[in-house]
Amino acid sequence: MADTNYDVIIIGSGPGGYVTAIRAAQLGFKTAIVEREHLGGICLNWGCIPTKALLRSAEILDHANHAKSFGLTLEGTMKADVKDVVARSRGVSARLNGGVGFLMKKNKIDVIWGEAKLTKPGEVVVGKSSKPVVEPQNPVPKGVKGEGTYTAKHIIVATGARPRALPGIEPDGKLIWTYFEAMKPAKMPQSLVVMGSGAIGIEFASFYLSMGVDVTVVELMANVMPVEDEEISKFARKALEKRGLKIITEAKVTKVDKAANSITAHVETKDGKVSQIKADHLISAVGVQGNIENIGLEALGVKTDRGCVVIDEYGRTNVAGLYAIGDVAGPPMLAHKAEHEGVICIEKIAGVPGVHAMDHRKIPGCTYCNPQVASVGLTEARAKEQGRDIRVGRYSFNANGKAIALGEDNGLIKVIFDKTSGELLGAHMCGAEVTELIQGFVVAMNLETTEEELMHTIFPHPTLSEMMKESVLDAYGRVLNA
Amino acid sequence: MPINITMPALSPTMEEGNLAKWLVKEGDKVSAGDVIAEIETDKATMEVEAVDEGTVGKIVVPDGTEGVKVNALIAVLLEDGEDAGAIDISGGASDASGAPSGGDKASAVPDSAPVIETGAAAASEPVPAPKAADGGRIFASPLARRLAQLNGLDLKALKGTGPHGRVIKRDIEAALEAGTGKAAPAAAEAPKAAAAPALATGPSADQVLKLYDEGSYELVPHDGMRKTIAKRLTESKQTIPHFYVSVDCELDALLALRAQLNSAAPKDKEGTPAYKLSVNDMTIKALALALRDVPDANVSWTDDNMVLHKHADVGVAVSIPGGLITPIIRRAEEKSLSVISNDMKDLGKRAKERKLKPEEYQGGTTAVSNMGMMGVKNFSAVVNPPHATILAVGAGEKRPVVKDGELSVATVMSVTLSTDHRCVDGALGAQVLGAFKGYIENPMSMLV
Repeated sequence: MADTNYDVIIIGSGPGGYVTAIRAAQLGFKTAIVEREHLGGICLNWGCIPTKALLRSAEILDHANHAKSFGLTLEGTMKADVKDVVARSRGVSARLNGGVGFLMKKNKIDVIWGEAKLTKPGEVVVGKSSKPVVEPQNPVPKGVKGEGTYTAKHIIVATGARPRALPGIEPDGKLIWTYFEAMKPAKMPQSLVVMGSGAIGIEFASFYLSMGVDVTVVELMANVMPVEDEEISKFARKALEKRGLKIITEAKVTKVDKAANSITAHVETKDGKVSQIKADHLISAVGVQGNIENIGLEALGVKTDRGCVVIDEYGRTNVAGLYAIGDVAGPPMLAHKAEHEGVICIEKIAGVPGVHAMDHRKIPGCTYCNPQVASVGLTEARAKEQGRDIRVGRYSFNANGKAIALGEDNGLIKVIFDKTSGELLGAHMCGAEVTELIQGFVVAMNLETTEEELMHTIFPHPTLSEMMKESVLDAYGRVLNA
Repeated sequence: MPINITMPALSPTMEEGNLAKWLVKEGDKVSAGDVIAEIETDKATMEVEAVDEGTVGKIVVPDGTEGVKVNALIAVLLEDGEDAGAIDISGGASDASGAPSGGDKASAVPDSAPVIETGAAAASEPVPAPKAADGGRIFASPLARRLAQLNGLDLKALKGTGPHGRVIKRDIEAALEAGTGKAAPAAAEAPKAAAAPALATGPSADQVLKLYDEGSYELVPHDGMRKTIAKRLTESKQTIPHFYVSVDCELDALLALRAQLNSAAPKDKEGTPAYKLSVNDMTIKALALALRDVPDANVSWTDDNMVLHKHADVGVAVSIPGGLITPIIRRAEEKSLSVISNDMKDLGKRAKERKLKPEEYQGGTTAVSNMGMMGVKNFSAVVNPPHATILAVGAGEKRPVVKDGELSVATVMSVTLSTDHRCVDGALGAQVLGAFKGYIENPMSMLV
């Protein structure tokens, strides 16, 4: 009889779950991970990664369309072949999905295929997956364990999240899409309405815009990407509008009429005016919600709040031996937050010395629209709300040599310091490659540098990163190239 | 109303730029978002967009103009139905608020030009990496180092919870919360930490006030003297290991001598005597002489050295409304009783008027605090650094004493010497008191 007793069982193999499993194995735990659909979870299969692949196609197309400004002539026209663009994106996911399978094997982590249900403390019953198989879908990996009853001292729920649906505008997979359908269009639509301008909404808007689609974004709040610093948000909006994106803020989709091959969205603005926008599809991107249902949380009396499992700073639920990490444990619903939360959780279980709770102020966020947006820490408004005395520095891409050489001179970097202590409170960026730049400031914040160390750091020339230093200098009235 | 288009700022610090090229001419219709001109600085070129729609009424600054100041009027836009006659350039230049033509750029310009604030504590001297007691490096994040400096904390005294025991921001916050890790006085004198080094360690104002019914008290803000007393004495009790030595002194001989000397004092024309000695004056002199005799106790502590004073400068605590102050009789061991007495009268008077000069109350090598006149029998005082000792003097009162096996009555005064044990040990303290008692009980020796 197969061994069904583990030290740690993790439910869900998304970026939170599988990373936690690897760390658990490194710490010497006998570990298993339960997955019902695809190793790597949404992130790797239907989220972060495949959208980056799509956006890369869009980026290359954008560049090709501006070839002339680089002195290059393209014979004929550059066209996107939607089937091949999607196929490439799926291929990228498939490669990484296989990679997670390899990592599980390498770390001697058992993969249990099916749907997990918590039946009593320390016990997981794995049954058949209720998820319909979605094509293109990766096959079930070889050598997995199957349905049955498994026990573990520690069970970590990492079941992730799914798109939130608004009543009356529920996604139907045909006319009203979620990211899931938006990621694999069979043919390129002519027009789209995107409901919600968070990272998911704005990335799809940017992708389809590059593909030549007429896109309208409807956002409830006053600014697009409402979690971002207002100045950056306005900057990004202007750049996106210049590219041709239509953006309606302080507005909501009240109703969607469906025809055979199109929808009509009724959009009501703050002043009560209702307009109708006809489009091929509507993408619903109004946020995600935790997958807390049907895993037996209720039976065990696990506390939940607003669709998420309630945890303490080390991922512990109110039930001994049961933990939760990642999207299912609350916002921000980001892969890197899930990973880190998982590592903290398992290290605390293992009693690794020096484990500390996650500092939520130091979780960066990236949005891969064109131009990109990235940020970490407090926005200017939030810093002021907290009564902080601050210094703000800014630097514009249009005075950076590398940015001009790249033909990417539209962008802005903004940093916020505590005036008294010189603590870096936040960094906010919009422009080319800022999703790669932000990490410099994240490291700086994590090491608790002040403006002084940043000013003493040598940034290579010519790079976009020089703008980070200039923005710091600007906060202290010492900017050089502006 | 015509809309003014002004020179936009390409960066928050840009002051002027070149108007490279107009892309529109007078009479052209423009709508919001249209690119109307190109502006350049030494490194960048930017397009200027119209933020309103209208007709270009007048181009004020022509193509190729260099050194155009930010916010200077560069063109005027006419709205529907307006004609060029409506343009009034004279008053327009300053009215930049009407049309920040650079769009969002203009709002990025700070209200005032950035000023380099070298005086700001945060941006001043780099904080040097402190050394551990064993001379090894203390690992602390830059932010923790700066916060420690700003708050007068000693990194050596803190436990780091960061990677490999590194002191990080949360350790500083925890120390501030718990009131631990205060730096030694010398370091604590630094920036604002001086405000109230250890008051923060007591209960907060809210914690205190909530113990009392509202309206059952009145709040009086602290003045400078109150804050100084609080700061210095808290510092003293926290950093100086005090010990106390008490002794009883018979005063009869001293009182007799005092009466004799006072009655012999020469008088001026109005009959005012040249001096009128008090017991306190004689106490000052006796303490000064005792320290001359036991020089090892006439010292001050510093972290590196023992400061051996060559003279006994005796501070005398003077109670004044709202607090107390300690003027100093310099070289008291050399001064005659009459000089000490007259000096003390002058200092005491000006102390009550709060008119002492700093050099009259700063420094000193010891102090006397006398509560005898208030009938106090005995008490102990708090050493006032940089002094190493302070003598607390009680009232002279008739007490039964045993002399040669017989009970008799004598006027007796109890005194207690508080001592900084870092620099004056117990036996030394006892020697000082022994010498003091000798002068008080054989007062003639103070005269020679």
